[in-house]
Amino acid sequence: MRERYSTAGRLLVADDNKVNRLLLTRSLEILGHTVATAANGRLALEMLQREPFDLLLLDMEMPEMDGFTVLEHLGRDPALRDLPVIVTSSLEGIEHVVRCIELGAEDYLPKPVNPVLLKARIGASLEKKRLRDQQKELVRRFATPEVAQDMQVSGFSLGGRRIHGSVMFSDIRGFTALVESQPPEETIELLNTYYTLMFDAIAGQGGVVNQMVGDGLMAIFGAPLPLADPAASAVAAAREMIELVEGFSEQQAAAGKPQIQIGIGIATGEMVAGYTGTQQRATYTCVGDTVNLAARLEAHTKAAQRSILIDGATQRALAPGAGAEPLGAVEIKGLASPVQVFAVGS
Amino acid sequence: MAETTIDPSTFKALQDAAGVEFVAELVDTFLEEAPRMMAELESALATRDAEAFRRAAHSLKSNSYTFGAVALGARAKELELGGFEAAAKAPELRQEFERVATALRGLRDA
Repeated sequence: MRERYSTAGRLLVADDNKVNRLLLTRSLEILGHTVATAANGRLALEMLQREPFDLLLLDMEMPEMDGFTVLEHLGRDPALRDLPVIVTSSLEGIEHVVRCIELGAEDYLPKPVNPVLLKARIGASLEKKRLRDQQKELVRRFATPEVAQDMQVSGFSLGGRRIHGSVMFSDIRGFTALVESQPPEETIELLNTYYTLMFDAIAGQGGVVNQMVGDGLMAIFGAPLPLADPAASAVAAAREMIELVEGFSEQQAAAGKPQIQIGIGIATGEMVAGYTGTQQRATYTCVGDTVNLAARLEAHTKAAQRSILIDGATQRALAPGAGAEPLGAVEIKGLASPVQVFAVGS
Repeated sequence: MAETTIDPSTFKALQDAAGVEFVAELVDTFLEEAPRMMAELESALATRDAEAFRRAAHSLKSNSYTFGAVALGARAKELELGGFEAAAKAPELRQEFERVATALRGLRDA
């Protein structure tokens, strides 16, 4: 199990002392890592800005630019803020250790560096970085740059938590028939355009698309980032989606291509949110009755002949005069008792 | 004062971790670098550059402990922490370095 995590990394050693530099390089190369060196803080910073590294081993006492200043620069640089830094120093006094950690260093190894401790600390840091990179990649793929940036700043955890938010399901009506009626490349092109429009509308309201299956998508409002009013954001996004699809359909019609219509279901309430999957493949998702209800509402849009259906909790969260039309208690397939359903106009 | 010039277990642990040949090269590097550090220490003392004085003593201390040169490390640490007030001990540092250099050459060629 341990060996699995001892992945080789590309490491930078910053130390002005030649003996220290040679010895650290040697110790790290024995552990299987690739090592580059810098003789002072300024050179180290330049190298970090120029090429990617997995970890920095940083001496504190250096001419031109000392380790403390390097840590300060790294903390201010969004591209380098998450780079793990292990301080290796023989500075006297606990206050230096404290200052390093406060400035964002991951760990502090006193010199002379104990090789066993070095191995363990580097292994742990690289593993943490691997997880962080994985999370960043997930966020990049599923969220807007703004959300991704916010999440990096505020921090987010892998574990599940209970959140309050709104869930949206959306798909294209009669998509199967559409697929059969046109060449495959046109279907893919249509889907790509459709998804681009939907992502814009959802991200524009602070939502995150977390699933895409065929012509359908699931979006979460209020997680992983909290929103002031997830229900209102979800409904605003839904209205914009309908409008965008109408515009797109007009273009399609003008080009003699098939038009599309979408149905959207939104439910609001408590749900469990978190990353699910395996170490290799994980996705941010929400589960619970609220999610189930949103999916059922979306499926019901066709029978109700409405574009957007919302549940009672979403309707209650909307401002008075938001224009939600009560459809009464509706029997919905898969749900034990009838639920109050509201239709929202575009 | 019967302080150890080179602590044999520290030196052995270094050889075990980094390899005998590598440690021989590292000893050579230290024997080249240390006189430069001591020269820096003395010139910093002459020019009353406290920061350079402390940095040179710090480097020397760090490298001394790497090889198990306990007494030399302790002398360097006194200078690092004591500054110019401890500078009277600088000649002692030179003497101790000569002992360390001889011992390290012996261990290197063993």
